[in-house]
Amino acid sequence: MNKIVSKQRFSENVTKLVVEAPMIAKARRAGHFVIVRCGEKGERIPLTIADSDPAAGTITLVIQAVGDSTRKICALEPGDCLTDVVGPLGQATRIENYGTVLCCGGGVGVAPLLPIIKAMKAAGNRVVSVLAGRTKDLIILEDEVRASSDDVIIMTDDGSYGNKGLVTAGVEEVIKREKVDKVVTIGPAIMMKFVSLLTKKYEVPTEASLNAIMVDGTGMCGACRVSVGGKTRFVCVEGPEFDAHEIDFDELLMRLKM
Amino acid sequence: MENYNESRNEAWREQLRKSKTAKERNNIARVEMPQLDPAYRITCNEEVNQGINAEQAVLEATRCLDCPNPQCVTGCPVGINIPKFIKNIERGEFAQAAATLKETSSLPAVCGRVCPQEKQCESKCIRLKMNQPAVAIGYLERFAADWQRNNTEQEVPPMKEANGIKVAVIGSGPSGLSFAGDMAKQGFDVTVFEALHEIGGVLKYGIPEFRLPNSIVDYEIEGLRKMGVKFEKDVLVGKTITYDDLHEQGFKGVFVGSGAGFPRFMDIPGENLIGVMSSNEYLTRINLMSAGRGGDTPVMHGDTIAVIGGGNTAMDSTRTALRMGAKRVILVYRRSEEEMPARREEVGHAKEEGVEFMTLHNPIEYIGDEKGHVKAMRVQRMELGEPDASGRRKPVPVEGAIEEIPVDIVIVAVGVSPNQLVPRSIEGLDVSRRNTIVVNEETMQSNIGDLYAGGDIVRGGATVILAMGDGRRAAQNMARQLLGE
Repeated sequence: MNKIVSKQRFSENVTKLVVEAPMIAKARRAGHFVIVRCGEKGERIPLTIADSDPAAGTITLVIQAVGDSTRKICALEPGDCLTDVVGPLGQATRIENYGTVLCCGGGVGVAPLLPIIKAMKAAGNRVVSVLAGRTKDLIILEDEVRASSDDVIIMTDDGSYGNKGLVTAGVEEVIKREKVDKVVTIGPAIMMKFVSLLTKKYEVPTEASLNAIMVDGTGMCGACRVSVGGKTRFVCVEGPEFDAHEIDFDELLMRLKM
Repeated sequence: MENYNESRNEAWREQLRKSKTAKERNNIARVEMPQLDPAYRITCNEEVNQGINAEQAVLEATRCLDCPNPQCVTGCPVGINIPKFIKNIERGEFAQAAATLKETSSLPAVCGRVCPQEKQCESKCIRLKMNQPAVAIGYLERFAADWQRNNTEQEVPPMKEANGIKVAVIGSGPSGLSFAGDMAKQGFDVTVFEALHEIGGVLKYGIPEFRLPNSIVDYEIEGLRKMGVKFEKDVLVGKTITYDDLHEQGFKGVFVGSGAGFPRFMDIPGENLIGVMSSNEYLTRINLMSAGRGGDTPVMHGDTIAVIGGGNTAMDSTRTALRMGAKRVILVYRRSEEEMPARREEVGHAKEEGVEFMTLHNPIEYIGDEKGHVKAMRVQRMELGEPDASGRRKPVPVEGAIEEIPVDIVIVAVGVSPNQLVPRSIEGLDVSRRNTIVVNEETMQSNIGDLYAGGDIVRGGATVILAMGDGRRAAQNMARQLLGE
């Protein structure tokens, strides 16, 4: 059982929970995720880790309510408990001094991107972040991202905040104006697909962090399999990040509909 | 190995042997396992084998000749004193029969249900040489363990005084539980770390309840708790805590029994279509997560389900699919029924329940609809050629004999590989090309002195009882090492 320490609602469907998980708080690195279960009959849901505080023994999760299980988790209040939290799972992001790193996050994908932005900055990179959302309310963690970025571009579909347009417009603007050595993208699969097509055109190495369907999260079930470079890989143990230019996004999009 | 003759020479055993002639014993027919009716059992998840009653058990035990040189014991990976427990049943001392089992096996009620006795103890029974069916050792084992569970309070077995030495177990499947029990008996302070939210490993997520009810596994786990074994769920050693962390926490020995959880696929076109999944995924959703039985986890349903493979997991998948409401379940296996690795009993049960066997066929491609959902499989007819490395005749394709069969779901049960997560996290650990942990086969010790391993992480995919045997051997040797004997 893991107690909810605090809760913040970012928008109608997006909630931030700070959860007691001392061992995970200590062990997790940027890029890791956890599997969470709510209730004795609860589903195992993979969630990315947005932040952690090893001293307080807590991790921060940002959850978008999209189905019954995520709605149940978002309805928890401080003092309530998650039935299970296991992790950190997956491979951590490879953090190096690449030069200039463009971090591009869409919607709730900004949450797992934040620790990567922080780590890339700490490794000496120039970090340019592009945050995107359908509308102003869906741009999350802007202040935290600004604190670790050299420049931030905000894109909204409806133009209610930042620049009007899709995330790819922001990414292209940066690539055209300066040399970008690495792109990291996290967001809806369809967004990552178009970011990947764009960066492939400009030949900028790109990592995409995938949110596949999982049951156990430890390599047992294979529900999360994805084709990368023509080979079947398991997102849970070999990912969640892969070379975006090698990912079969169409297959991924199809499998996410199951 | 135990001295089996010591107990054989006891007065009551001699008396019992003389109480009936060999002829009288030979004239008794082997007991039949009472089973639920196939038409009923596919509508529920109740245990198919109902177990034999006391009267049947005593009669079956009477069939055992109490040989002077019993061979059955050589077929048991944990070395149960089989004649001793059987003769205790014959004289009506059921509690003593159960205690005999407990001397060497921490999970007799489990083994009595899932062990392939026909390939182990029962395959060595003297009766086979007399052209008669073997004594039903498995049924008797289950009877004694069940009798004890249903009629007595759970007791803690004789234990040595606590020695204060901490040992860690990674994985709570059969090898880990067996190791934990043996170490606790020796006085060690045992903590079992489990990655999932349930204790029991494959006994919970893999084997369905119609073959092994969860309550039986939980009872055995409760027994270990009473012996002082601690269980930590949701801890993935190598991720949540490291092998070094375990040392820092004062653990002096580590046993890895993390199993072979990694599902194999066949690498054929269409395998990533929606509706094609591993047996691990299908069974985990249903067994562990209660999908389709009140759990929040979804599971796909379909009228026609194909299961690929010929092992016990394939049988479990076919029979689970029937219970989930499939109208037609087809088992596709590339060799003939004779070569199937599944237990005869499971094959028989699957057939009784209406599973169609499509042997000597191999899927070569899955075809999807416009939404990416599998709608058909193309199967290649095979014939048996020369024996291969496994000694079984190798299946070879019959040219041009390809058939397309409409399916809604395909479950791939062609085996598992060791889960690399734990071994990869331990620097310097000797791991084979097949990703198994390399150990000394006698002692189960790895190239790292305080690290032992057993079960499928060493064998790559075997049985519950072999895993338990490994756990037991590892416990003996680690105890000796840590106590400086």
